[in-house]
Amino acid sequence: MKYDIVLCGVGGQGVLSMAALIGRAAVVEGLNAKQSEVHGMAQRGGAVQAHLRLSDEVIESDLIPRGAADLVLSLEPVEALRYVSWLCPTGTLVSSANALVNIPNYPDTEGILARIRALPHSCVIEAERLADEAGDLLAVNTVMVGAASRLLPMKHESLEHSVHQTFSRKGERVLHVNLAAFASGRKAFQ
Amino acid sequence: MPQRILLGDEAVALGAVHAGISTAYAYPGTPSTEILEYLLDHHERQGGPHAAWCANEKTAYEEALGTCFAGRRSIVCMKHVGLNVAADPFVNSALVSMHGGLVVAVADDPGMHSSQNEQDSRWYADFARVPCLEPATQQEAYDMTREAYDVSERFGVPVMLRLVTRLSHSRTNVIVGEPRGENELHKAPKADTWVLLPGNARRQWSSLVARQKDILAWSEASRWNLLNLRPGRRLGVITTGIARNYYRENARAMKDEPSHLHIGTYPIPEAQVRALAAHCDEILVLEDGYPYVERMMRGLLPQKLRIMGRMSGELPPTGELSPEIVRAALGLPALPVLDLDGMLLPNRPPQLCQGCPHGHSYSSLKEALEGMNATMVTADIGCYTLGALPPYSSIESCVCMGASIGMAKGAAEAGFENVVAVIGDGTFLHSGTASLADAAAADTPMTVLILDNQATAMTGVQDPLIASSRLQAIVLGLGVKPEHFIIVDAHPRKVHETAEVLKREILHRGLSVVIAVRECKQATRKHARIPEAVAS
Ligand code: SF4
Repeated sequence: MKYDIVLCGVGGQGVLSMAALIGRAAVVEGLNAKQSEVHGMAQRGGAVQAHLRLSDEVIESDLIPRGAADLVLSLEPVEALRYVSWLCPTGTLVSSANALVNIPNYPDTEGILARIRALPHSCVIEAERLADEAGDLLAVNTVMVGAASRLLPMKHESLEHSVHQTFSRKGERVLHVNLAAFASGRKAFQ
Repeated sequence: MPQRILLGDEAVALGAVHAGISTAYAYPGTPSTEILEYLLDHHERQGGPHAAWCANEKTAYEEALGTCFAGRRSIVCMKHVGLNVAADPFVNSALVSMHGGLVVAVADDPGMHSSQNEQDSRWYADFARVPCLEPATQQEAYDMTREAYDVSERFGVPVMLRLVTRLSHSRTNVIVGEPRGENELHKAPKADTWVLLPGNARRQWSSLVARQKDILAWSEASRWNLLNLRPGRRLGVITTGIARNYYRENARAMKDEPSHLHIGTYPIPEAQVRALAAHCDEILVLEDGYPYVERMMRGLLPQKLRIMGRMSGELPPTGELSPEIVRAALGLPALPVLDLDGMLLPNRPPQLCQGCPHGHSYSSLKEALEGMNATMVTADIGCYTLGALPPYSSIESCVCMGASIGMAKGAAEAGFENVVAVIGDGTFLHSGTASLADAAAADTPMTVLILDNQATAMTGVQDPLIASSRLQAIVLGLGVKPEHFIIVDAHPRKVHETAEVLKREILHRGLSVVIAVRECKQATRKHARIPEAVAS
């Protein structure tokens, strides 16, 4: 078994927190994991990506080859499309519907979302609305991991456990919000 | 055995701790920063070894060298271009007889993700005639760092550990071993081996050159070099460092596995290269960085063996390797990919955070320069380099740490009238003070604008070594005239006021220094422990 995930978004959105949630669950399940991250200049509001590779065998390359990813999980729709060429033919793109407009030439959001929906396997998640309903806009990352949990090669209990591990030390309320965010993301995936 | 999930950088840090280092020094620089970040955190939690950020890579190197002079082990960490700054102590420390181990961890940045060039540090190790280890995995990063200390003490030389971005910033499981204790404090057995007066230096240099054959023998026998000769195959592949990962990722798809030599230690294990060459008609060299092994193999004279790599076009001449590039070089068809039928996506370059004080300073500078002739704005390295991009488009140069002030002086003396040098507080301390002394001595007509955001922000917001209040004493102490030294607040409401100050000082026909003070937004957040906000 191998499962390759490209995680993406804009610097500061929390791409690495998504990776950490999934990575923790992978460890619980005894999978090998390699996670390649972007640090430095790009983190200042630029396009950011991380590669997370899961396998029950030895993982060689730290980077996922183009055309090999099983999942592109994105916090931002334009960023989602940027990594489409990483997907393998059966791979799925899961993106937040919410545009982060910090460049003057940002394209028409509806056109971008339509392009995502036209892919063979994709799903657009109303991440900000779901996070807000769960109680905190900051929980969009957890919503997106919840959505991805339908596809990830691990029990959703392991992912929930990971949410517990990550947020329980931040207090009862934060944990509660994130568990709700995870559940609503999971429900929203179609 | 205990396992940890570690970044490549963190594996180096923990390897050094477990090798019994007493001290660690560094100047932050992507992709090496996380080595010392880890060691600082380790120090805070476990009380040792000593770890500290330094003013620049040269001071960091010399401080590490002092620990080795005292017989103990030390690590010094930097990015590739940082080694240019530390080149003087690095090259010369190869001549002393090192009795406490010194590891120089240098993180190269092929592809220039966060750097102004992609120089390959293996040439530096070669130039200084010291051994170099190049890990391919996080596990090797840990194991090699430990081993590097033994190599350093065995041959009495500093040892380089060469990393690249993709290893530094990738995390996975690492199995860790039993920690070793620190060395006893002790002076060098022979004092004159550390005094590089010409007479001693000649002796030490001869000794270093004489030790090369032993160092080569160590490299030839190292377990990090793996030669796998396959029967009946004419193609051979040489990989170094992480290129092996890309090779193995693709090799499974090949019908016949080629003969393969992996190089993890330098000097290049020559006998193994020759053994591979004798076995093959053609050799593909895969290395992330410059074509170092490839160029050595080509030499100057014609040869029967066909060598393929960056110099002959099978691989791109510049940039970092990737699984796809290696795949193509191995003659495998590309994997099918989805495309967007020509749909173009806008780039999203990095930008200053919303409310960044540098943005306000650039607004002031723009206003001040409006309508002036013969203007020139040199700048330096930090978040403020983003001022080269719209909407600011305010700066015209970024070359190396500290270059802004010296370049402004040269441009002013060449005849440009209204010259401004923009430099951050961290970069000023790193390597701006000496050129400011030059400018003060000549009272060159130019204005130095120090952007004091009280942090080394670009590399993840490290605290400044020197508080803003002391910057003033340094500038005045270098001989800048008090009447042309002004401190302003980089507040959004003071943009116009600051523009007036800058205009007046730029028009002054002598040296002026203006410090624009306001804390970096991310530093404020860090100190208040609020999560990082989205840039916009
Ligand atoms: S990190 Fe600090 S200095 Fe850098 S852009 Fe953001 S606010 Fe400005």
